[in-house]
This record gives sequence, C-alpha cells and structure tokens, in this order.
Amino acid sequence: MRRASQYAALAAYIVFLAFPLVWLLSTALKTPQEMALADPTWIPREPTLANFTDAFGEQDLVGAAVRSLGVALASSVITVLISLPAAYAMARYRGLVNKIAIGWVLVSQVFPFILIIIPLFMILRDLELVNTLPGLVVVHVTFTLPFALWMLQGYVRAVPVELEEAAAVDGATRLRSIIKVVAPLLAPGVVATLLFAFISSWNEFMFALVILQNPDVMTLPLTLVRFTGPEGVARLGPLAAASLMATIPSLIFFAIIQRRLKSGLMAGAVKG
Amino acid sequence: MTATATRPAPPRRPHGRPRGISRKTREMWLLMLPALVPVLLFSVGPLLYGIGLAFTDARNTRNHETSFVGLENLWELLSAADFWSSFRIGMIWAVSVTALQFLAALGLALLLNENLRFRGVARVLAVVPWAMPPVVIGLMWRLVYHPDAGILNSLLGTEINWLADFSLALPAIIVVGVWTGMPQTTVVLLAGLQGIPKELYEAGEVDGAGRWRRFWNITLPQLRPVIVAITSLDFVWNINQFGLVYVLTQGGPGGQTRLPMLFAYEEAFRYRFAGYASMLGLAMAIVVLAVLGLYLWRQMREAR
Repeated sequence: MRRASQYAALAAYIVFLAFPLVWLLSTALKTPQEMALADPTWIPREPTLANFTDAFGEQDLVGAAVRSLGVALASSVITVLISLPAAYAMARYRGLVNKIAIGWVLVSQVFPFILIIIPLFMILRDLELVNTLPGLVVVHVTFTLPFALWMLQGYVRAVPVELEEAAAVDGATRLRSIIKVVAPLLAPGVVATLLFAFISSWNEFMFALVILQNPDVMTLPLTLVRFTGPEGVARLGPLAAASLMATIPSLIFFAIIQRRLKSGLMAGAVKG
Repeated sequence: MTATATRPAPPRRPHGRPRGISRKTREMWLLMLPALVPVLLFSVGPLLYGIGLAFTDARNTRNHETSFVGLENLWELLSAADFWSSFRIGMIWAVSVTALQFLAALGLALLLNENLRFRGVARVLAVVPWAMPPVVIGLMWRLVYHPDAGILNSLLGTEINWLADFSLALPAIIVVGVWTGMPQTTVVLLAGLQGIPKELYEAGEVDGAGRWRRFWNITLPQLRPVIVAITSLDFVWNINQFGLVYVLTQGGPGGQTRLPMLFAYEEAFRYRFAGYASMLGLAMAIVVLAVLGLYLWRQMREAR
C-alpha cells in the first residue's frame, strides 16, 4: 500500500517534470496545419523537420549561435586563466583573502543585478563597449568569476600539499612543481570549471539584453526571444525548433559533467 | 588592504627576507592580482557606484548633469503606488515559489532516496531544467500556456489566455518558477538526506518510532542546516528573478507580474531614471537582507 502511493507520487513528479519538455519536442516536429487543430495531439501525425530549417530562415540563428559560441569561449577561457592563480593562492595561503573571497561570492548572490548593471552600462558606454561582444565578455567574466574561483580552490585543496613539498625537496622550483605536479592533477577540475563558465555565458540573458540592443550583435538567447515577434505573434514551430537547438550544448555539458560537478562542489564545501 | 593581510610569518627558506611584507604575502597578492583587477573594476566598483547613484538624480543618458538629492528617490519610491504593487507581487512570488519549491523538492528527494523503480528516470528529469537556458524554459512554458496551440487548455478543456489573465498570470508564472528551481533544491536536499547517519534510524526503529515519528524527530532536525541554507538562497534568487519572467510576460498583464527587478529595469533602461532605479535596487537589497537576517536569527535561536 505504501509502495503504491510512493509510485503514484513518483509518477506525478515525472509527469510534471516531463510534460513541458514533451510538448516542446512535439511542437517542434509539427506541421502548421496540425498545430492549428482544435484538439492538439501529443505525437505529431506527420512529423516534420521543416521547423528546424525554417528557424534558420526566420532569424539569423547561425550568426547568433556563432556569436554566442565566441562570447562563451572567450569568457570561459579568460575566467579560468585569471581565476586559476587566484584559486591557488586561496587554497594554499588561507587567511584574510579567503574570507574576503567567500564574502564576495555571497554578496554577489544577494545584491540585485540592477545596482551593478546601471553603472556598468554607463562605464561600458564611456569605453565604447556597449553593443559590442567584447563588452559582453567583460561582463560575463566578472560574473562567473566568483563561482569559478570557489570551484577551483576546492579542486586545488584536493591536491595534497605534501606532493608539492616533496617536489621542493627534490630541488624543483615552485613554478616547476606547480606545472609538473599540481597541474596534471588539477586538469579535470579545470575542465569542469571551464564548462561551467561556458554554459553560464551561453545561457545568459539579462546582461546581454542590456548591453546588446543592436540585432546584428545579439546572442542566441536574445535572438530566441525575437521569435515571439514585436507584437507577440509567435511562429510556434520554428520557435520550438530553435529552442531545442539552443539547449543541446547545455545537455551535452550536463551529460559529461554532472557527477564531477557535484563532487567538486562537495569538495569545496567540505574542506572549506 | 595589503597591510592588514600581512602576517609576519618567519621565512621558511634561508634566502627569504622577512623585511616589510613577507615574500609569501607578496606572492599571494601577485597570484590574486589577475582576478582582483576585473572584480574591482567591473563589479565591486560598479556596485559601490550604484549605491551612490541611489542618492542622486542621475539619468541614464549621456551628458546629464547629476546632483546629489539625498533620500529624495526613497520618498518618491515609497509614495509610488506602482512600487508598492510591484513589491507586493515580488513578495508573493518569492515566498510562494520558495515554499512550493521546497515542499516539492523535499517530496521528490525523499522519493529518490527510496529504493524505487524508475527513480533513475526521475533523477535525470529532475536535473533537466538545470541544463536548459532560462530563456528556453520561458519560451517552452509559453507554448504550454498558449491560448490556442497550448496543451494546457486542451487538457483542461478551457479557453483561457493564462499569461494574459489578470488573476491567473501570477499563479501561472509561479508554477514555472517552481518547475525551474526544483532541480537545485532537490539535489541539495538529496545530498543532505544521504548524509544522515543510518544508525539514527536504526535506533529510532528499536525505540519503536513509526515512519512519521522518525521523519519528524530524525530527518527534519538532521536536515535543518541544509534546509535553512537552501531556502535562504532560493528566496534571494527568486526575489531577484528577472529573465524568466521577462520572457514569459514582460511584467504584464497590466503589471500583474511586474516583479521588482522588472520594474527597476524599466525605470533604468526605458525611462532612463538611473538614480531612482538604483534606489529601488538598494531598497530591495535592504529588505532582502532584513528578511534573511530575521529568518536566520530565528532558525538559529530555535535550533539551540
């Protein structure tokens, strides 16, 4: 009896979690005629990929995807490059820096974005970086940095200090011991952080909305919203198709990283 | 800042010179520098500047003379009916999404912790919203709520324009908020559940405690720190929500879903009142900190 109610509850959850996804997929595969039916069908009678090709015709999806890819690649690589030494310092030297960094991670969560985005917009405007992709990269780097730092310092802590000390005893310089001993052990953590930063930037909407107002430079999330049209007239099929395509990189990321991300966060939390 | 961080540590290596700032501290700040510079320039700096703007009549336009106006923006804010309605909507949204998210996630986490069939399916599904771009989540739910081609009306046999209905729009977006935020809360609670020592349950069983008793007397108290942490974070994220609701309704109909951040965004980037919008942000930050402080304080007192 208890089992039965547990399965009923689990079924309810699965339906709640899955039905919007199934509907998205179903809409993406439908013909306009089928979509106009008074009684919508779950499984398309004549599945078609036309919406996927149409999507490219309606908006500059390829261009937007390329721009998003560029911004996400640049942001994630820069984020990791500058936070790696800082994370090493946080993990190995401790003390005040650590507390400040953790404090900043928390503050960056609590303060509403509007308090930062208005002055940031003014600064970027003075630097002639509004409506440019480098402007967005700057913003994405600063906003993924706290969390990237937090992840990376967890990974550095997981590398025993003794290994470095042993290398020092063997006569290796500090830099040499970092490159030869620490870096290889850190590689999986760096990959995880890189992917985290990449997806944060790829998905990001709010800052892009403020900084990029010219359609020629819009990233993928902004371009997707344009599918709903200025008067709210949505082309539902291509919209669903484009939405699915935009989700693919994130799904790949999660498939690769899920377990590692969790253990990395745990390491950071437990040893912090 | 450098001076306060200095700790006169004895030099480890014979050639280390303990003069002024130690070699170790210098090394540390050198390593921090590449991250410190952009953070100071593009987030700490702007944040302080933003707080300062709240006390000026700044306009978000080029070449506008800005002058200090003290608390004028605050008085204007407090006397604006628009602000209060937005504040009320924001509180309803944040409290109900946080609470529902927590209850749903706790239920799901308890189920996933049991040895049930299909829990693998549920586990994968439970993290999917995490992997989706928020904009796609918003667009996907617009398809679900669509008055003609949406599945919801067809399932319920209704003809409602959910996101444009004055009384239904807010509940409708709350459901989306819960759907979106559930994965994170579930994963955190599940990790918390798995950290509870099995011996406690065994001891409880020996003492003859039933399932409910064990839930109330073991699971909930053991889970308490995790619950406090995740509900506080969820509340902060929800009250600061912007993108999802922007995509769903843009604050409509008639401002019925205009969360405080959408209100601030409009003031700053449509009407260009930068100072006023900053004060709105600052006021919300203070409210959030106060609510959070009160909640954490009560939780801590009760836990003792």
